[in-house]
Amino acid sequence: MRSNLKVFYKGVIDVSPLMIPVVPFGLIFGVLAIDIGFTPLETMGMSLIIFGGASQIVLLQLFSGGASSLVIISSVGAVNSRHLLYGAVVSEHLSDLKLTWKIIISYFLIDQAFARSNEYLKKNKEKNKYFHLIGGGATCWVVWQTTTFLGIILGAAIPDKLGLSFAVPLTFLALLVNDFRKLVNVVVIIISGLVATFGFNFIPYKAYVIVAALAGLFVAMILTKMIKKYE
Amino acid sequence: MNDWALIIYCGLITFFTRFSMIALLKKEMFNDRIREVLSYVPSAIFPAIIFPAIFLDEMGILQFENNPKILASIIAVIIGTLSKNIIATIVAGLAVYWFLIFI
Repeated sequence: MRSNLKVFYKGVIDVSPLMIPVVPFGLIFGVLAIDIGFTPLETMGMSLIIFGGASQIVLLQLFSGGASSLVIISSVGAVNSRHLLYGAVVSEHLSDLKLTWKIIISYFLIDQAFARSNEYLKKNKEKNKYFHLIGGGATCWVVWQTTTFLGIILGAAIPDKLGLSFAVPLTFLALLVNDFRKLVNVVVIIISGLVATFGFNFIPYKAYVIVAALAGLFVAMILTKMIKKYE
Repeated sequence: MNDWALIIYCGLITFFTRFSMIALLKKEMFNDRIREVLSYVPSAIFPAIIFPAIFLDEMGILQFENNPKILASIIAVIIGTLSKNIIATIVAGLAVYWFLIFI
């Protein structure tokens, strides 16, 4: 059996390539948060307490748009609903662990760490294999905190004119690159986008994000069922 | 609600979406059908953030003319589709956007 440290290190190595896009993402987050009016301490606090890129950007985007706290919190919850699936998938490998470990791993369960560790967890039977997930998560953590910090510092040096606020929708757009070739995904993307754009002024409390997301999921449900019937 | 309370609540909800399944899950509750529909969650949520930020101005009015974000986004989607690369997509979109606003 490999030592805990070796498994941890394997997690670090496996997740490292995925850290490249996290660097600009973290910088943009730091710059934007300051630009929107959060203090450096609050900005750092977001990365430390929330530790989730999508959640933090959604928070900024909705906050700057004047959304109510309830809408922001529920939208963050909606964006995070994918973590329910991650948790579901890895839970079978973690069921024997102590609660403390489950809490630590949950904090580190982000997209990249999940993606890489899921493969490792499936292939290995060692008792300490969960250290892989901790290694991957810790790597992301260090990169995310460092780039947030740099973004806060650089923020003052980056002029408003650069239009970095456009980087936010662009970052989300980039997270969908694997879906652009799939028909059902494209339909869902368009439906959700249209509902959000046209509901923006009519749906109260800026709840258009959730309404649009539910509309998109509903369409996905119908389309996938229809496709099954034809198969 | 003050900023810190908001941040802590967002942190709690993020943590609990990660923790709840690990803590509570009974495997029988998940089937392939639920998994399939949930796989569309990113496609359903992200456009709700992307589209208004591109097509609406600060007043919430549709802005088709004089809107460099639209062309920049189209190029980004094309590059993204061809490359399936997150960095290339962001760089392409920003490059086009900067080209359009500065030149």
